[in-house]
Amino acid sequence: MKEVRLHGRGGQGAVTSAELVAIAGIDEGRFAQAFPSFGPERRGAPVTAFIRVSDSPIRTREKVYCPDIVMVLDSSLPSLVKVSEGLHKDGIVILNTHMKESEVRRAFGLDSKLAMVDANTIAREILGLPITNTTMLGALLKATGIVGKKSLEHALDRRFGRLSEKNKDAMRRAIEETIITK
Amino acid sequence: MAKRIGIEVSIALAEAVKLANVDVIAAYPITPQTHIVEHLSEVVANGEVDAEFVPVESEHGAMSCCCGSSAAGARTFTSTSSQGLLLMSEILFIPGPMRLPIVMAVVDRALSAPISIWNDHQDIMSQRDVGWIQTFAENGQEAFDLTLHAFRVAEDRRVSLPMMVNIDGFTLSHVVEAVELLSQEEVDQYLPPFKPRYRLDPRKPITMGPVGIPEVYSEAKVAHNEALKASKKVILQGWKEFADLFGRQYNPVETYRSEDAEILLVTMGSISETAMTAVDTMREKGQKAGLVRIRLWRPFPGPEFRKAAGKAKVLAVVDRCLPPGATCGPVGAELRSLFYKVPGSPKIFNFIAGLGGRDVTVEWFEEMVEKATAFAKKRPKELYEVIGVREK
Repeated sequence: MKEVRLHGRGGQGAVTSAELVAIAGIDEGRFAQAFPSFGPERRGAPVTAFIRVSDSPIRTREKVYCPDIVMVLDSSLPSLVKVSEGLHKDGIVILNTHMKESEVRRAFGLDSKLAMVDANTIAREILGLPITNTTMLGALLKATGIVGKKSLEHALDRRFGRLSEKNKDAMRRAIEETIITK
Repeated sequence: MAKRIGIEVSIALAEAVKLANVDVIAAYPITPQTHIVEHLSEVVANGEVDAEFVPVESEHGAMSCCCGSSAAGARTFTSTSSQGLLLMSEILFIPGPMRLPIVMAVVDRALSAPISIWNDHQDIMSQRDVGWIQTFAENGQEAFDLTLHAFRVAEDRRVSLPMMVNIDGFTLSHVVEAVELLSQEEVDQYLPPFKPRYRLDPRKPITMGPVGIPEVYSEAKVAHNEALKASKKVILQGWKEFADLFGRQYNPVETYRSEDAEILLVTMGSISETAMTAVDTMREKGQKAGLVRIRLWRPFPGPEFRKAAGKAKVLAVVDRCLPPGATCGPVGAELRSLFYKVPGSPKIFNFIAGLGGRDVTVEWFEEMVEKATAFAKKRPKELYEVIGVREK
């Protein structure tokens, strides 16, 4: 079972992207959960969402305390929130950042494996908005392969209808541009 | 054909109501029930189901409206949570003795004060004695299946009682997970149209719910109680036929690794799945722990529970409600009463956990088992303990 914690800000679509990954996993015949951190949802406030994907039935409803994967949608969050809290020792942190690896490690004190992509730029160029949730799904796919690209694209199609093409483009570009460290 | 999809549990439950071909939905929005009634208002507006959605002014109005529409012979649904359930309270006692088969989803949430939108069972336990059939779902599939079962049982002429399906707020209601949705044809096979024995009809006037003078009141209350107790037969039959058609068998209580267990956790609702994982963890460490999950809360399935748990030495009963000043939590009290002076019955310890959305974890279940084992050797002063409370 893979456990994921997403960090975003209210309105950035962290919950939506968690749901899309779970739906894609379930469409593949596997088992998955996606759920929000259940707080009052306020635009701009830091929020978390959780995903579990597994090949066998998932028998827990705890929050995710020791994630294998942490994904951060908002580039300003790692300086405010300890995003690597509880991260599994072989875990990975996926960041939306324009910074270089050495700068990221120094600025945020991260010593785990990292995946980095400048999702703000991609989202602004392709979607015309700095909403990075679908762009970051590309980074998640490249860094972890937690679900298949096709099933995730299918989930995007159903959620976004005619808007899905641009979101899929943003996701694909993130797959190309994501840098994964050791 | 049934279709397995990833869907939010609230939406799956609302889809069950749609597939039940409901006639009237009267509801007022309240967190965390909102997604259920939002979705139903959408499907009614889209013409996906031929129903009236009555956007009432309050939960008091919602339940009043439900009583009226059910009395007129309409298949009736509502849903609420927490303070909304309390605002309904005055009317909640009425459809039972009036034998009105309203179906309600209660999305369980804590009560004020302090204000909390998060999950526990204080709302439903405060309304325990309203005289409805009450079931608790563990997961999204059950939320869907038990909702269809509720219409089937409530409207059966041998029952004619209101029925509620409880799902835990947020920790179940807001989770996207895999649910196998039945098709319309499949649901139609299981759920016949609602044909009440009596209904309000201006062409054949009858009186419903008149005054009960002292000469008849006791008889009316006893008749309601007898009907509620007798409903168990139909509840079981409803589950049996569901299993025959769709392959999923439900029982009033379910056991997990309980056969040779010396200590059993007892749970109700969505924490049961976490408790299974806790049992697996404890078994790996060599502890003879098991689990009993209560699905049918009213009428309470006494014989089934005794059969499932009677051989264990110790029960660690988990309540999600702290009744101030009581001897213990409501599930704890129910089981103490059930086993009172029964020779060889288990020692019962009660843990109150997960109030107002506090996460109930595997570690906590392990702590409960450890404590209950110790208490069995040396009886504690109090019959219950609230787990996980910070002292500082």
